[in-house]
Amino acid sequence: MRFIPNTDQDRKEMLEFLGIKSIKELFKNIPEELLLKKNLKIPKGLSEIELVREMRLLSEKNADLEHYSCFLGAGAYHHFIPAIIPHLTGRSEFYTSYTPYQSEASQGLLQTIYEFQTLVCELTGMDVTNASMYDGASALAEAMIMAFHITRREEIIISKTIHPEYREVVKTYAQAKNLKIIELGYENGITSLEELGKKVSDKTAAVLIQNPNFFGSLENVKEIERIAHKNKVLLVVAIVEPTSLGLLKPPGELGADIVVGEGQSFGNPISFGGPYLGFMATKDKYMRKLPGRLVGATTDSKGRRGYILTLQAREQHIRREKATSNICTNEALCALAATICLVSLGKEGLRKVAELSTKKAHYVFEKIKGIEGFEEVFSSPFYNEFVIKCKDTKKINQILLKERIIGPLELERYYPELKNHLLFCTTEMNSREEMDELVNILRKIK
Amino acid sequence: MEIPKELKYAKTHEWIKVEKEMGTVGITDYAQEQLTDVVFVELPQIGKVVSKGEAVAVVESVKSVSDIYAPVSSEVTGVNKELENNPGLINKEPYGKGWIFKLKMKDPKELDSLLSAEEYEKTVTSDR
Amino acid sequence: MKLIFEKSKPGRMGISLPDCDVPEKKIEELIPKNSLRSELRLPEVSEAEVVRHYTKLSTQNYGIDTGFYPLGSCTMKYNPKVNEEIAELPGFRSLHPVQDEELSQGALELMYNLEKILCEITGMDGFTLQPAAGAQGELAGLMMTKAYFEHRGERRTKIIVPDSSHGTNPASATLCGYESITIRSNEKGTVDLKELKKVLDGEVACIILTNPNTLGLFEEEILEITHIAHKRGALVYCDGANMNAFLGIARPGDMGFDIIHLNLHKTFSTPHGGGGPGSGPVGVKKSLVPFLPKPTIEKEKDRYRLDYDRPLSIGKIKTFYGNFGVMVKAYAYLRTLGPEGLREVAENAVLNANYLMKKLKSYYYLPFDRVCMHEFVLSGKRQLEEGVHTNDIAKRLLDYGFHAPTIYFPLIVSEAIMIEPTETESKETLDEFASAMIRIAKETEENPEIVKTAPHPTAEGGRTHPSTKGGRRRLDAVTAARRPNLRWKKLDK
Repeated sequence: MRFIPNTDQDRKEMLEFLGIKSIKELFKNIPEELLLKKNLKIPKGLSEIELVREMRLLSEKNADLEHYSCFLGAGAYHHFIPAIIPHLTGRSEFYTSYTPYQSEASQGLLQTIYEFQTLVCELTGMDVTNASMYDGASALAEAMIMAFHITRREEIIISKTIHPEYREVVKTYAQAKNLKIIELGYENGITSLEELGKKVSDKTAAVLIQNPNFFGSLENVKEIERIAHKNKVLLVVAIVEPTSLGLLKPPGELGADIVVGEGQSFGNPISFGGPYLGFMATKDKYMRKLPGRLVGATTDSKGRRGYILTLQAREQHIRREKATSNICTNEALCALAATICLVSLGKEGLRKVAELSTKKAHYVFEKIKGIEGFEEVFSSPFYNEFVIKCKDTKKINQILLKERIIGPLELERYYPELKNHLLFCTTEMNSREEMDELVNILRKIK
Repeated sequence: MEIPKELKYAKTHEWIKVEKEMGTVGITDYAQEQLTDVVFVELPQIGKVVSKGEAVAVVESVKSVSDIYAPVSSEVTGVNKELENNPGLINKEPYGKGWIFKLKMKDPKELDSLLSAEEYEKTVTSDR
Repeated sequence: MKLIFEKSKPGRMGISLPDCDVPEKKIEELIPKNSLRSELRLPEVSEAEVVRHYTKLSTQNYGIDTGFYPLGSCTMKYNPKVNEEIAELPGFRSLHPVQDEELSQGALELMYNLEKILCEITGMDGFTLQPAAGAQGELAGLMMTKAYFEHRGERRTKIIVPDSSHGTNPASATLCGYESITIRSNEKGTVDLKELKKVLDGEVACIILTNPNTLGLFEEEILEITHIAHKRGALVYCDGANMNAFLGIARPGDMGFDIIHLNLHKTFSTPHGGGGPGSGPVGVKKSLVPFLPKPTIEKEKDRYRLDYDRPLSIGKIKTFYGNFGVMVKAYAYLRTLGPEGLREVAENAVLNANYLMKKLKSYYYLPFDRVCMHEFVLSGKRQLEEGVHTNDIAKRLLDYGFHAPTIYFPLIVSEAIMIEPTETESKETLDEFASAMIRIAKETEENPEIVKTAPHPTAEGGRTHPSTKGGRRRLDAVTAARRPNLRWKKLDK
């Protein structure tokens, strides 16, 4: 076994030192009837050559975005990842380290997390954020629980324009915690304000919305905020496509109390759904209610600036059953990728990514809705995703696939009422040729 | 370790200073030493009604967290706002400026179940 | 070191992007003006500066690749490089999770096979790969517990955890609305059966045990424990953080555990990434399979499909299917090891731990002096008599070029020093580490000041690890917590 350095001679010496004859004696506390008498029935081990061959073959059974063009978003976005990101996150001092509990030996990672926290606060317009969460959906679920802890109210209002999988995760957590979920319908692709007015009450802990929402449309955040706060209800805003923050007003400026989101778009590969990174930010006054790890700046014994994990008394390893959450592992390496991506883009770059994504989406939207049989559905302004109604969506996607295009999402999968509706997405990765080709193919479909 | 004679103590390391039916509560010198530097105190709402032994406040240090329990059934009548900005007062003057909250007792007879300074000293020395 | 924000200069940029190739429209024509942000204060730095900044930071970080990392309960083993490369294959890293499952057959096959292997290793009947980390796996396991009893119409409100358990156990119980009952360990360091019997009533839904427990000791009475739990209708949950101890030697399923979560980033060699991403698959016995998160992966002839039609499922706990990139690495590791390799892992992990324990036990107090599994727990209480705390010993180790063990955990050992060497360390490394520990023990008696003020990263001729060289010493944790500074506020101006 190439990962195990002990030789037979080493083992012999170690056993002698321990005064025993065989390794078996070290397992004597395991009841005899539990000891396996045979090898496990799993495939036999492979050499590195065989392994790489087998894994490559397996990977080639998949249709990936390096060989297909893509108009699919829906919570996982195909953005540009500059070469420096894998190089830097591939520094093994970062990726083979543990949670930075020993600050003197972890200043590097601690500083990157502090930078990450600063960036997330700037993007969201919030005061404080943690070192990352598992993903956007579980961050939203944690925000719900946090809102419950702050308000001690047990009803959660959640808009149906939130990513359906996020809503499912929130529901799962709510069920465990015995919180009541109330869903809010949509009109013209955005959350129904009228319904919100009716459903919000003094039992409501929080209103959960997504902006831009699952359909790509921009919510009327200001108006939702007004209704929520009039009823002393917290406003939680989820950001699933965070490049939008390069262009759009930060939720903090619009009065959000908790902002959560998915950071995958920033430098993390789409990787069949994970690992991604969630983020979670709030106002100063709720700082101690935040779950997860926090890095703070402080000074060392010589008065020099340094970084350290702080406010740990909120966390499970100290507060146990009274902790703000059970979260322990976060997504530090993904947060590092996001940090490098954001600082490389800088203020001009992020705005440009956001503008390119928007302009391309509107370009192809105008073209598609000009094709006979393809209709615009919602008239609300949108970011880089939009909905089109047409016939036989399944057939369309099959035809696109033959042309090596991974087509839009068939919305019926999540919204039975939206049969024959497609959700398209573009990013800076979609070239004009690609989009024109898409339009040409759609035009030919009878 | 200081254990003033005139105070009453709970096994959970709170002290109470009694004036008629009113009381002032803090944590003992021994408790602050065990906790190490206090970094945050979560104070109760004034008017909160608690029964004996119920958690009223929370004291955090860097590496631990402790509930502060009501030594007697009572209503919270005041809190030490100073602690919000200067939680270290609990370490510096546990029996003085580091007091945590004031209360109005429901049943002064409950005081009889608390420990005297001598009895408290015994419990903490056996703790060690 | 300066923050990246302090290196910013207007006009610099670190990424080149293509020009807009569609007819230019003003952004205000597409998005209402009142929705647009007025400013965005991101730093402006060139590519070369970014590379140098983060490379420099990386050198201020201790990783397994640069040194021994004996953190107890964390299984800091070597992370094979080939696994990193495999996860970067385009067919894995650039795979869209929402595309038609026909386009992702290779990924589904990998996940299906991984589930099957994990079932065999643990002796369970079904697995979910969805949880992102051990703690989320634990939560999923307790959610299934809850759903299981609700389905049976039983109301059970309590969870039993030993006092040596991980903090996530009671925290997960709270998230599921359960009350945690903590039971004391006996003088041998394992579950006190008498205590357990006392609290194990009809309201207990589940007992959560870590086996081997956090003291590194195998729960010898495990069969008796699971037997009495089942007799009272309760389930038994295995916190599988310490699975490295008996891979291929024994199986939690055979011990009577009903649920287990694994940490792919501990036992199965995927890197910890400075605190994540991890992956926390959960295995269950047959009676709990219907409650697994959805979708599950099913095989029909030679096709793989995602099954969402699972009425009793607890639902989803994470978007899509879990941390796929991490699964790829763990799968590659398992395919490399095979059954013999797995067994060797456990044998050498346990041998290394016992060897190191024996080397150290005459210098440090060993509260439970018996054969350990993959890790053991010392107490620094002898050193405390000289005024030296465990934290000081941890810092002093850095001067000898070693990362500290886990300290102050488990909570039931005062001044705890929890050491897990793993199987990927050589006898020479263990010997060097032992001599450093022994030297520190001696320093404590002869010159305690040097230990109390460690680390001394600038000391001449020392063996300071590169990550700490010229670095910070004893950061002020008290001020950090009293006046939290969690972001660089100068950005605000």
